[in-house]
Amino acid sequence: MECVFGLVGNDFAVVAADTSAVHSILVHKSNEDKIMILDSHKLVAASGEPGDRVQFTEYIQKNVALYQFRNGIPLTTAAAANFTRGELATALRKNPYSVNILLAGYDKETGPSLYYIDYIATLHKVDKGAFGYGSYFSLSMMDRHYHSGMTVEEAIDLVDKCITEIRSRLVVAPPNFVIKIVDKDGAREYAWRESVKDAAAASA
Amino acid sequence: MKLDTSGLESAAPVWGAPSELVDGFSAAPSFEVPNTTDFDGFQKEAIQMVKPAKGTTTLAFIFKEGVMVAADSRASMGGYISSQSVKKIIEINPYMLGTMAGGAADCQFWHRNLGIKCRLHELANKRRISVTGASKLLANILYSYRGMGLSVGTMIAGWDETGPGLYYVDSEGGRLKGMRFSVGSGSPYAYGVLDNGYRYDMSVEEAAELARRAIYHATFRDGASGGVASVYYVGPNGWKKLSGDDVGELHYKYYPVMPSTVEQEMVEVAAA
Repeated sequence: MECVFGLVGNDFAVVAADTSAVHSILVHKSNEDKIMILDSHKLVAASGEPGDRVQFTEYIQKNVALYQFRNGIPLTTAAAANFTRGELATALRKNPYSVNILLAGYDKETGPSLYYIDYIATLHKVDKGAFGYGSYFSLSMMDRHYHSGMTVEEAIDLVDKCITEIRSRLVVAPPNFVIKIVDKDGAREYAWRESVKDAAAASA
Repeated sequence: MKLDTSGLESAAPVWGAPSELVDGFSAAPSFEVPNTTDFDGFQKEAIQMVKPAKGTTTLAFIFKEGVMVAADSRASMGGYISSQSVKKIIEINPYMLGTMAGGAADCQFWHRNLGIKCRLHELANKRRISVTGASKLLANILYSYRGMGLSVGTMIAGWDETGPGLYYVDSEGGRLKGMRFSVGSGSPYAYGVLDNGYRYDMSVEEAAELARRAIYHATFRDGASGGVASVYYVGPNGWKKLSGDDVGELHYKYYPVMPSTVEQEMVEVAAA
């Protein structure tokens, strides 16, 4: 089952997501990157139906880029989150998207932020959040060990604790995870946590 | 989402048969309302009736020399084998192949439509379309028809400027880039043999044998797969069909009948 979680640290926000693309009992791919770099200082970690996930996040990404082209300045994280929620809400009673999103961003004025946006267009600004079956394990881990103003080392340590817990307790635990971070220097990939190295797919 | 209907002719307005209530004057063009109280479930039931269960085995993988694509050739309707000679590897253009799993008509039509779009791209841009672009075109079309009963589980394999490319695209709207995929009811069986025997640096012959073997093993265990195991190779100069072997004959080739030791010979009873 798809696991996505994230938290806000001292001057950064970090999100982690599993990397398996699954179709009933088959794992089609175990290195699928589900955290999209929305723009230079925003990350979108999405989980949900495969078609919706890619199509909806790309739609948001292109509209965010369009705004920047038209207006010369990028959207703030809050604005992007509200735009995303608005699109989900508009489609909800016609043609709903089954995607859950954690939107992490860094703004120069307001610092790091994390937004919890679920498939029925709920929007919350949070310090920590999680989706999927993995949330049953990662939320309590984060509640227990989180404190505001964590350093990168402390935050990654907490992320690793959550991954370990998910791996050991979730019956269909995804083997591999990707961790991405966003801070004043931008959004980038931080690390992969692989327990099953798919040698052939590694170069895909 | 706007539907992509460029491949379909616009239907002439449907004139409903004049109902008993509206006698005489001509009714506006309308569809016949389904004769049921459950209007929402009616559509779902109709789709479920035609939804085939992707009874097939197809596989494709990238290796050092290019892409290897293989498939069986059985078409089944429930428990009835309707054909043993279906072409499940569709030639989109001389350097791109698509595999068929799911509804035969859906796959054939939309692959043909994709071929048309690829050719239009070539004419408009004076260069071939990439495998990435072709698969995205197909994925977007299938996404716009989501929930309407299309059944397509396909792999787009080809060779473009960036080298070999392989994408898995399905009618749920999913699109995955990868190094090896298998699609269909026999795919778990094929994955086992494929994953175990796979190495990136294989020769074309070794890769073809691996593909053939994986299809054979899937047809052995999966009732909905069988017929002929076709193997195609996509290289820098385009695709080439390598072999098409009947899986029954492959069985005896891989597992030849050994004369077993006779424990007790039956002798004719002497007439009393």
